[in-house]
Amino acid sequence: MPRQVDLARGADLDGFRRAARALVAAGVAPTDVVWNADSEGLFAPEDLGDAPPLSLPRALATIVSEAVPHSDPERYALLYDLVWRVTHGAREVVEIASDPVVARLHGMQKSVRRDIHKMHAYLRFRSLGPSAPGEPERFAAWFEPDHWILEAAIPFFVERFRAMRWTIVTPKGSAHWDGDRQTFGPPGTRADVPGSDGFEAGWTGYYESTFNPARTNPKLMRQHMAKKYWHNMPEAAAIPALIRSASSRVDAMVEAPPTMSLKREPQGALAAMMEGGAPETLEALNAIIRKSGPLVPGATQAVVGEGPANASVVFVGEQPGDEEDLKGRPFVGPAGRLLDRAFGEAGIERRDVYLTNAVKHFKFEQRGKRRVHSKPTAGEVSHYRWWLLKELELIEPKLVVALGGTAVLALTGKQVPITRARGPATLLEDFAGYITVHPSYLLRLPDEDAKAAAYATFVDDLRRVREIGGATRRGAVPA
Amino acid sequence: MDETVARKLRVLADAAKYDASCASSGAPKRSADKTGIGSTNSIGICHSYTPDGRCVSLLKVLLTNYCLFDCAYCINRRSSNVERARFSVREIVDLTLAFYKRNYIEGLFLSSGIIRSPDYTMEQLVLVAKTLRQDRGYRGYIHLKTIPEASPWLIEQAGLWADRLSVNLELPTDAALTAFAPEKRGSTIRAAMGQMSERIAEAKEERRSFSPAGQSTQLIVGADSASDEDVLRTSAGLYSSYGLRRVYYSAFSPIPDSTAKLPSQSPPLQRENRLYQADWLLRHYGFDVDEIAASSDGGMLDLGIDPKLAWALKNRHRFPVDVNAGEREMLLRIPGIGKRAVDKILAARRHTSLRLEDVKRLSGSVRRALPFMIAVDHHPGRSIDRVDLRARIAPPPAEQMSLF
Repeated sequence: MPRQVDLARGADLDGFRRAARALVAAGVAPTDVVWNADSEGLFAPEDLGDAPPLSLPRALATIVSEAVPHSDPERYALLYDLVWRVTHGAREVVEIASDPVVARLHGMQKSVRRDIHKMHAYLRFRSLGPSAPGEPERFAAWFEPDHWILEAAIPFFVERFRAMRWTIVTPKGSAHWDGDRQTFGPPGTRADVPGSDGFEAGWTGYYESTFNPARTNPKLMRQHMAKKYWHNMPEAAAIPALIRSASSRVDAMVEAPPTMSLKREPQGALAAMMEGGAPETLEALNAIIRKSGPLVPGATQAVVGEGPANASVVFVGEQPGDEEDLKGRPFVGPAGRLLDRAFGEAGIERRDVYLTNAVKHFKFEQRGKRRVHSKPTAGEVSHYRWWLLKELELIEPKLVVALGGTAVLALTGKQVPITRARGPATLLEDFAGYITVHPSYLLRLPDEDAKAAAYATFVDDLRRVREIGGATRRGAVPA
Repeated sequence: MDETVARKLRVLADAAKYDASCASSGAPKRSADKTGIGSTNSIGICHSYTPDGRCVSLLKVLLTNYCLFDCAYCINRRSSNVERARFSVREIVDLTLAFYKRNYIEGLFLSSGIIRSPDYTMEQLVLVAKTLRQDRGYRGYIHLKTIPEASPWLIEQAGLWADRLSVNLELPTDAALTAFAPEKRGSTIRAAMGQMSERIAEAKEERRSFSPAGQSTQLIVGADSASDEDVLRTSAGLYSSYGLRRVYYSAFSPIPDSTAKLPSQSPPLQRENRLYQADWLLRHYGFDVDEIAASSDGGMLDLGIDPKLAWALKNRHRFPVDVNAGEREMLLRIPGIGKRAVDKILAARRHTSLRLEDVKRLSGSVRRALPFMIAVDHHPGRSIDRVDLRARIAPPPAEQMSLF
């Protein structure tokens, strides 16, 4: 005698799983089961008892969860047929998409997925306004899905409209989001949702304007957006008139003779545009840099270069540090103080040279109260490269000094080992270049003797820089 | 909705509609935080379709259609007499959010005519995106049009806020650009594409976000004399040099207030469709431009049949292919059998031998495949050599159709 299994109305995934387990455990073949889907009574009249979970291939679990919401009353029988074969020696059957049962279930999965997708696409919210002034705005929507997809479709709306309060009403159930929690409720009717929304006319206007009558193809439109959806989509009311008027609009365009411009050429504006909005002074460039946000969030402000706009030597460092970030000036932290000392010994006046960084914003890791410098990536350096190159273009120095590897990378686009490349170098085509270490390297050396030796070499480098570049303002009298 | 904004919206949507791209795909998965709205997933959603069969996914508008450029093919060129309007940053931000909250759109696709200067215009576009993201907690999709004539650092800023950036090359040859778009230069456009492609690749490697859905471009078809082969070679070059996600083809469409420089005709939609099919073969089916060109007619694709069938008819010696034994690359070349069907065939044939009925369950349109394939109970015999093969399988003269 065939066993009868009644499952609850809708997508009764739990009920099916429990029944399938029990039936497989009891050795009941698919031909001996009658499945009553969407039964009005609450639960199986016949107690199937509990059985241990089945070990099913992942692909089958997916087929089950995606086909169960389908409205076809035969879905459970087909699924059980597949479960039975998989648990009786034909595990590979789920991979054979050409198997008639698998092919039919794939078809159901496809319709369920499409139904969910169309709900995400074509559902329209209408505003109910806030419940009280200052409260979040509330929205409601009416949608008519083909299958039992409400629960599967809702997470999308939660993730997308988290800050809103909304209710979705369907003939198969309703869902509600209060800003914290989702709840499901009974089916409703169209009358549960407002009949209009203040933005629908504007949206329809957009829809009409974005349509190109010269490409009219209503068949293609209906393939994607079946007529059954139209009555719940405000813009769809415009469709008949758009199609009706399309050919006359196109004829008018094709037949219309070319027009002559009614306006005079905007000579002044064109000339101004050709001059370009690109900055022509260092000051203008720095204003742009200050205005732009950091690439990596966190920095207090941009730290732009400092020094005479016609300096003959430009020093390029890595990026501002903690103190620079707070003061908004380059080389004013520990490394900057060391650089000042070395300048003094090498006979360079800080006020005569231009100091800048490859990267203009401080990037750090927060460790307790300390903001610890974090090295910019190669990609970050290239984001800032345009500014650095523009600075140099505007200053036109005799010599560009790269302090450390990041500066070399910024100027040449290449990673170069500093110790080997140290000294005069070709960094850019237009300017003489010189490579030395970054003063912060000297601060990091653990051994005092090594530190002293490295410092002396650094001062020697600066002396050579002064010789090559003059290290004074052009036109100023050398000391 | 405010009347003035509604009027501007009509003008600025009308002005933006000749851009074919409306995709909201390719963004990383994101979702709204507690105080914000907006999410993205990789496939994107079409929220509506207009009677031209095209997807409405993004609010596709211009910030303004005032423009100092004078590109002959463009409705917004400075010499056109079209009605003009300009949104404020605030207006476009509010409008995007209002539409988004009602689930009309997947996000914003913002472009603009050039006003004052390329830099000023680009700054305004970036400001809209930045305001949405930073001040309004918006996490939905943003596609920004890059203005290649703007300073390079503005592109660096744009990529921080946008999911996708694009520059439209519009015309496949530099000569056509010079003739029709006097303010534009092919080299400037390519430089901007190169910059974006470098930054996108670096950011991906360093796991930062910079235009995570990549970049795309558009080519207008039928405005100049370029052949399909010219167009496809340009595309193949763009795909390989700049890692573009998509090249969009837009059949040149008559515009109100047109110039004498360009043909006023119905748009060559079938040609556009064939180009999309060929582009698809280049990107997903292992074809190269030479193969497609060799099966074209003097560089023009056959309008009567799709390029895959055209190739198969000219390369009959490579067929029939046994679906139970053929290599993947050759299965992909059977007319009527798509990439998904090929994957299903490969999975199924590890466990079973496929009969014709089986293949029919896996693929929508087997009819065209019959002369080119072998199954357990099917062999086309000599039918592959019939002189009237094309007539037997080619669809009746095509009515207007498109791929979208």
